[in-house]
Parts: sequence; C-alpha cells; structure tokens
Amino acid sequence: MGWFKRSKQNISPDSQKREMPDGQWVKCSQCDEIIHNKQLEMNHWVCHKCKHHFRIGSDEYISLLLDRNSFKELDRKMKSGDPLNFVDTKNYKERINSTIKKTGLYDAVKTGTGKIDGKRVSFGCMDFKFIGGSMGSVVGEKLSRAIDKAYEDKIPMIIISQSGGARMMEAAFSLMQMAKTSSRLARLADAKIPYISVLTDPTTGGTTASYAMLGDVNIAEPKALIGFAGPRVIRETIGKDLPEGFQKSEFLEDHGFVDFIVERKDLKEKISTMIDYLT
Amino acid sequence: MKNMLEFEKPIIDLESKIDEMRKYEDNLDIREEIEKLESKVIKLKRNIYENLTRWQRVQLARHPERPYTLDYIYMMGEKFIELHGDRAYKDDKAIVGGFLKLGHHKVMVIGQQKGRDTKSNLYRNFGMANPEGYRKALRLMKLAEKFSKPVITLIDTPGAFPGLEAEQNGQAEAIARNLFEMSRLKVPIVVVIIGEGASGGALGLGVGDRILMLQNTWYSVISPESCSSILWRSWDYKEQAAEALKLTAEDLLEFGIIDRIIPEPLGGAHRDHTFMAKTLKKALIEELDSLIKIKSDKLVQNRLEKFAKMGVYEE
Repeated sequence: MGWFKRSKQNISPDSQKREMPDGQWVKCSQCDEIIHNKQLEMNHWVCHKCKHHFRIGSDEYISLLLDRNSFKELDRKMKSGDPLNFVDTKNYKERINSTIKKTGLYDAVKTGTGKIDGKRVSFGCMDFKFIGGSMGSVVGEKLSRAIDKAYEDKIPMIIISQSGGARMMEAAFSLMQMAKTSSRLARLADAKIPYISVLTDPTTGGTTASYAMLGDVNIAEPKALIGFAGPRVIRETIGKDLPEGFQKSEFLEDHGFVDFIVERKDLKEKISTMIDYLT
Repeated sequence: MKNMLEFEKPIIDLESKIDEMRKYEDNLDIREEIEKLESKVIKLKRNIYENLTRWQRVQLARHPERPYTLDYIYMMGEKFIELHGDRAYKDDKAIVGGFLKLGHHKVMVIGQQKGRDTKSNLYRNFGMANPEGYRKALRLMKLAEKFSKPVITLIDTPGAFPGLEAEQNGQAEAIARNLFEMSRLKVPIVVVIIGEGASGGALGLGVGDRILMLQNTWYSVISPESCSSILWRSWDYKEQAAEALKLTAEDLLEFGIIDRIIPEPLGGAHRDHTFMAKTLKKALIEELDSLIKIKSDKLVQNRLEKFAKMGVYEE
C-alpha cells in the first residue's frame, strides 16, 4: 500500500467559512459575560472581557490561520474501520455514524494544505467535538499523510492539537498511531523541514505524548489544559488537590515544555514569523 | 502456592492431593493411583489454560510470581552491567538497563522493573516510570547506537506514573521523545512484552524492528479497569472491557501489531522461570541474528514502514 495514494473525490473544494446562525448569544464560562456570537467571532472567539479562549473547531482555526480560500482539504472522507467491532455501552460503529451526522466531520482531524501570509504549509487541525478529539487510526493516518505531504513538497508542517488522547475503541491500533505519527515526524526532522505544534484546550494523553510535544517549536494558547494523565487520575493517585494552574499552558511554559503562549488574535502572525525563521 | 488465581484452584487442589499421596508412596501401593491423577492434572491444565478468557490472561500477566525484567536479564545473559541515571535529574528505579552478553551478542537491555513485595514495589514504584526513566532509557539507547550494539527492551508496566512531579517534569514529552528517537535509531531494536503493556507507558519503550509478546501478556491503550471506569462509568466491567479491547498476544498477532508470540510453559511463565528464560533467549538470539544483517538505513526505513501499516480505516 502506497503512503501517498489518495482518491480525487477525497479532495474537497476550497474551504468555506462556517456561518454562525444569527441571533445567538453565549455566556462566557469564566466570567459569565453574555456575548453575541457575531461579536465573539469578530474577537476570534475570545471573551472581550476576561480573554477566556472559547474552544473552537477546525473550521474556525482554518479561517483564523490560513489565507482566505487557500485551504485544500485532503482525505476528507476517511472514516474509522472499527477494527475490533468494539462495543461498550454503545456500539462504536453507531457512535461514529451518529457523530458524523451530528458534527458534519468524518473524524477528529482535518488535514490539507494552505497558505499562511502566502507561504504554503501542510496543515492538520484536530476537533474536540468528534469523540473528544480522540486519536484513532483515522487521525493517525491523516496526520501521517499530511506530514508526508510536508516532506514531499518541502513545506512546513503545522498541527493544531485539541484532544483527550488516544481513542479507546480502537485500543492497540490507537496506541500505535502515536508511534506512527512520531516516526513520520522524525523523518521530517531529518530532512530539516520545520514542524510547529500548537497546543489548545485540551491536549492530553497519547496526543500530548506523541506529535503535540514534538514541535521544533511548541506554541500554546493561554490557559489550555495540557498534560499526559488527566487531572482526576492524578488527584486520585496522590490523594491531594492539585495546585492552582497545574497542567495549564503557563505551567508548561514555566517547566520548559512550551516555547511560548500566544493569544489567539496573534496566533497567525506568530506562526508566520516563526516559519520565516525556520525556513 | 501462595498466589493462586481463582481459575487455577482446581489444578492446585489436585496437585496438593498428589503431593499428599506421595508421602505414603513407600508404604502403600498407590503409585498407579498417583499416575492416574497426574495425567488428570495435565488434562485439566490443558483444558483450563487453553480456554482462558481475556481477563484471565490479564490476571496471568500480572501474576506476582512471574519473572520480571531483572530475572530475565540474569537468567538469559552474562556479565550484566547496570547503568543508572538520565544525566539530567535522577535515576528512576522503575526502569533498569545496561549492557548484557546474550549468547554471542552484546546488547543493551532496558526494561520496566516491578517489585516482589511491598517494600520493593515502593522502591520500583510498581514498575511505573517517571520521565527520568524514559530519558534514562533513551540515553542508554543512544549509547548503544554509538557503539553499534542492538537494543532489547522488556516491557512490563501498568502504565507511566500519573503523578504530580511526573507531569511537571514532562511525562508526555519524555514518552513522545522516545517514540521519535526510537523510530530512527540506527541499531536493531527488539521489543518484548513480558507482562503488562499498558498504554503510552509501555510504548515509550516499544518502538522497534520486531515486537514479541509472551503468550500470557497484554498490550493495549488502557487497562481493562480504567477502560471500564471511563466507558461504563463503573469499575465492575473489567471482564467486558478486556474482551472489547482485544488485548492478548493472539489478538495483536492477528492485527499485525506484533510479529511473534513466545509460548509460555503450561500454566504460565511463573510456573517455570528457567524454561521461560531459555525459550525467550533462544527467540531473541534468532531475531538478533537476522536483524544485524540489515544495513542501518534499511533498518530504519523498514521500521518506519512497519508502523505506517498499522491502522484500519475506510476511504
């Protein structure tokens, strides 16, 4: 099986910015401020009062970071194959199909190429609303192909992570996606092609313990939860409450695992500048 | 036997009955009777151990009398020199490693180490490594690479340690770095799951050219207990979770995730340490004999392709 094979129908036309339905108001989960959707969008989905960064999806990141109409999606319809016929309280196939219907996404990552200030990049963006942004075979394969695209075309790789970790319903297959994506990043690094990792809220488990932590530069959004084990598990292990700010972006920066934290409004400019330094 | 699993009870009862009868062997003519019972034990063992559920396999993989990493090291090889520390912070006792003579090969062997009792388990942190453990492992792998020695990793962990310091010191980064560096290490890597292979904590030593599993071990993204607690929201569904996760050696061989199953003595590795170590040693030498013939560039390329194939999806 070739790595780079793809079928034409999987390439979608240029991305379209998703329109929020008008007349909707949301409440900021941090300061209770009531904000109009339009206003929120104008402010990059950041609360104008307390700067809380609302969790947004891949379409929003694409519209925020990539030049208008520059995104060309790859492998759009790649879908999980349910290798284990996994059944817990629900059957995994049904879970997948209902999530596809609900979200309009086929899995927890969108990949493709696009431009940042005119510079071509290979781009992957995860989406928490698809089964908690969990990484299974599809996420691993799509990201691997995107990394290979960066390798072949000699363009920078950008991955926006937003994930609860590996997807349990694909068990060992999910685990192996960590090895698969990391090995592709190693090849990319050997070719001296830059990889910028952006960590957003939340980035935990197997996602953090593979590609999210492997950037030449790791960038985080403010106050994002970033870690390996979840806070609940750690609390139960040590039998104590966790210190304020534990596993937040600022904590990670403080301990040396994130290069810098950037507000969403400046994210594109910082990535763009970083690409200039690394190319 | 002090550590008896429930499904082993009929065997152990019968075995102790035979032992009891042996005491009177000289006085009474019961030899025939003993022989009959002995063949019954063998049949019973076959019957039980060949029909284990996945959860029972998990229990065998955790059997407290199983050989652990250091047992294998001393039983399989000679002149082991243990090397300590990550050269940055600390020496993690949950991961051991060093040079070993294994037959005609000189190798770097690295693995998680569990303890046998409360005291040694606390010392070894139950085989749950911290970031410095993964970093020590990587240091030793790089050392092996520098001096062209193959690497053998022995995996036996309930997971990477989910502690406060572990997070603070970059547990995720340490594991990620190992995946990244192991995938391009220029010497052969043979990975063996000798007990429990839980999640990223196992995979952190698990990228290699050949992945072997002992017959009664498990390897998955999560333990059945944690899977039960997350998906069923209760600890009571571990049997179902083990079935759903398909985490045995046979399952993973079928999926193409591992390359080979190493048979255990009837009843499990804990029943005959010497035999188990001998079997594993023979397998490791076979694997090394073939891997050392491959040029390093090709080796790395093959490794990349090996992991590239893992995953099931529809397009």
